[in-house]
Amino acid sequence: MFESIVSYGLAVGAIYAMTGITYNVMFSASRVFSFTAGMLGMLGGVLGAYFILQLGLPAIVGLVLVLACGALLGVVTEIVTVRPVLKNIEQHLYVLSTLAFALLVQQLTAIEWGTEAQPFPRLIPIGQGWLDQQFWLPMLACAVTIAGLEFLYRRTLVGRAFVAIAEDSYAARALGLPEQRLRLASFALAGVIGALAGFTGAEMLLAFFGNQAILNFYGFVPVALGGMGSNRGAVVGGLALGLFQQAANFLVGGIFAAVAVFVVFIVVLLLRPEGLAGGAAARRV
Amino acid sequence: MAAVDQRAPAPAARSGLWARIEKASPLLAVGIAGLCFPLLGDDYWAVIIERACVYWVLVSGLNLVVGFAGQIAIGWVGLLTLGAYTTSAMTAGTALPAFPAYVALVASAAIGALFGVIVGLPALRLRTFYFAMTTLGFSTIVTQVALAWKSVTGGGVGTPGPVFPWPFDPGWGFYYFCLLLAGICTWMTYNIAGSRFGRALVAIRDAEVAAEASGVAKPALLVTVFLFSGALAGVAGGLFSSLQSYITPDAFTFDLSVLFFISILIGGRGSILGPLLGTLLLTVLPEFAAPLVAWSTFLYAALLLLIVLVIPGGIADLLDFKNRRPLERHREIVPRPELLSRILPHPGEPNVLALKGIVLHFGGVRAIDGLDLAIRSREIHGLIGPNGSGKTTTLNVISGYYKPSAGEAYLNGKPLPFEAPPTRAAHRIARTFQTPRLIGGASVLENVMIGGTIDGAGTFVESMLALPRHWRDEARLHEAAMLALAVVGLDQLASVRADRLQHSELRFMEIARALMLRPDFLLLDEPAAGLSAEEIRRLGALIKQISKEGTAVLLVEHHADLIFDICDRVTVLNLGKELAAGTPAEIRSHREVVSAYLGA
Repeated sequence: MFESIVSYGLAVGAIYAMTGITYNVMFSASRVFSFTAGMLGMLGGVLGAYFILQLGLPAIVGLVLVLACGALLGVVTEIVTVRPVLKNIEQHLYVLSTLAFALLVQQLTAIEWGTEAQPFPRLIPIGQGWLDQQFWLPMLACAVTIAGLEFLYRRTLVGRAFVAIAEDSYAARALGLPEQRLRLASFALAGVIGALAGFTGAEMLLAFFGNQAILNFYGFVPVALGGMGSNRGAVVGGLALGLFQQAANFLVGGIFAAVAVFVVFIVVLLLRPEGLAGGAAARRV
Repeated sequence: MAAVDQRAPAPAARSGLWARIEKASPLLAVGIAGLCFPLLGDDYWAVIIERACVYWVLVSGLNLVVGFAGQIAIGWVGLLTLGAYTTSAMTAGTALPAFPAYVALVASAAIGALFGVIVGLPALRLRTFYFAMTTLGFSTIVTQVALAWKSVTGGGVGTPGPVFPWPFDPGWGFYYFCLLLAGICTWMTYNIAGSRFGRALVAIRDAEVAAEASGVAKPALLVTVFLFSGALAGVAGGLFSSLQSYITPDAFTFDLSVLFFISILIGGRGSILGPLLGTLLLTVLPEFAAPLVAWSTFLYAALLLLIVLVIPGGIADLLDFKNRRPLERHREIVPRPELLSRILPHPGEPNVLALKGIVLHFGGVRAIDGLDLAIRSREIHGLIGPNGSGKTTTLNVISGYYKPSAGEAYLNGKPLPFEAPPTRAAHRIARTFQTPRLIGGASVLENVMIGGTIDGAGTFVESMLALPRHWRDEARLHEAAMLALAVVGLDQLASVRADRLQHSELRFMEIARALMLRPDFLLLDEPAAGLSAEEIRRLGALIKQISKEGTAVLLVEHHADLIFDICDRVTVLNLGKELAAGTPAEIRSHREVVSAYLGA
């Protein structure tokens, strides 16, 4: 039982962590938290099942198509819901515009795909029991994501431009960085990461339109705990959340787990609004 | 002078019962239509109107949170669910012994209020996305618990809703029950909206910093509003479960939350009538779009996106004809300092506010580096220096926004705590801001009335129920604000929405707001910036008179002429340190100051 708690917990945690990173990538580029993070995860599963099971495409083609769709949705999110309201960011209209867009996509999915959870194919028949592919695949995807982002941000010029925009977008623009194009690229990148999370986690979570709300909330918890914009915080927070949830599920039942996570979330927000790992923000007078 | 005093009276609101009824007439019309509806005897539509009333009970409370305080509470359906199950379970006696339905309804209100505050807690420290996420997470979790706690909620199978006994038994009795409660909610929120609490909520939404400086205690006010809004959501839940007659977790989809939210957005922020019409519209609309039932959430979401992107102001903005009339083009601000004696008290004891050895870092930058400063009654103290020399930062230290790493502040010899902006109003320390902090959606008069918030005597409940103390507060604040506006010369613009004013007028409006506090200390942050030469002259005369009445003034300015014209003492800052201090004449001949700052 211990092994299955750990493997299941870490796998779910890896999905939460990747969803958290999706929030972060969008936030860093635009100071906007977007409700589309959970939507991307949900679609990763649904579209994957559609391409591979219904259209019969090879798994690798399905993956590429899913990631492409994620990138496309990221771009659409930026153009439709973020760009128009970015001018008056202090009014926080982005909360509503991204929520509305995510709901639109979710409802379209519910109507076209159905409201029942549907199975997702087993992609690589390696391992069984608690070493099953459905557990290690999300963890692998999470590790690849983190390594890729670290490489991008530290070793490439584009990545450094991303970091510059995140640190101080005014200064970055003054240096001549194309802020708008970089923001668009960030949203596309976030789309890829979110879709990857959904795709690799779908064998466990199934292809289900309702995963959107769950991923939206549980993917945001690690961001709140780890501090906004901190990817390492999101990974640590996500894995911890997954383990805690599974342990509580097995030991004391699902209701308690859900309530406990919610309570921890609120308490941390109240005591350390900047997250357990984040720094304090400056005053705004 | 007689001619001045006989100027046409400002367009103040007419007082008296009749004026009040006239102002509320659209709401009364909706209510009367609801009362008369049973004459038609249409049972089918009666249920739809009952549903609209139930939704409105919730939305009217949520409106204070979303439309007035500007907090994005999207998961309010969680509280509706909670109220519905509380009423059902208590009436059926699944968890405790069975209670009468009316008792269960009251208990739902209490539970709703409690959870309203719990869900709202993050909003006290953080705005927007975190709070939105908490409400969303809460609604998800309530549904999960409802599904899993089978012994009480019946799980996925559901549980019967309560039946209210006589006098509000099923049929027209229940209809009038819903209508009555909806009417009471409208009345209560209407009262709150027109009180200092409603204005403070809007101030938190549009200009939080100005609200704090006026002594609005955001946490206490928001907790009160969450209690109120949560209680209404609980009651709405109880009515909802009776209306549905049988509830399952499926009945509380996220659609409902979106519906509540859109009702408010369509209606417009800061309005009661708008969201009421929005709720009616969204409840009735599906009746005409039956073939589209499967697409209802999709359409709501599309509507939400459309409103946010195209008409963020909602119906209320479209109906606001008054504020579309063009204003007079060449307006002149003519302050009347001679009226000041009617606002400012003449303190017997002179007041002193002193800073001693203040040091403040921003990261590695020493913004203030060992500053001593004292401001006294009947004295205008000028604070000048190049950009970045720490002038505004000094003001922010005094008004409690920053905590210096060393140094103390004393008010008449007693230590003044730092990092507590809302406490400054009670010490009669008022201020204006470098960039005017206006409450854009409120009228000029309301913007100024905010300044007197702490002088209200009535409580939130007294305002909610429109008890005598509420009316006395309102009358006094209204009178004081009109007087303050007359002093700064803006009384003709009292009813205009503040975001239509010119920049120079906003500067004078902020002074009027500060005067509402009857300040012992007035901190002015570049009040002359953007004013014409003539306006600066009039401003100077006004500030001089304020100081003569006994108020201590600290004036941060770049206009050297104004400073040397009206100040009694001047401190020159450079790199956070005092470069020179003395009378204007001394400063003007100070060699270092002239070479570093004033120019030869």
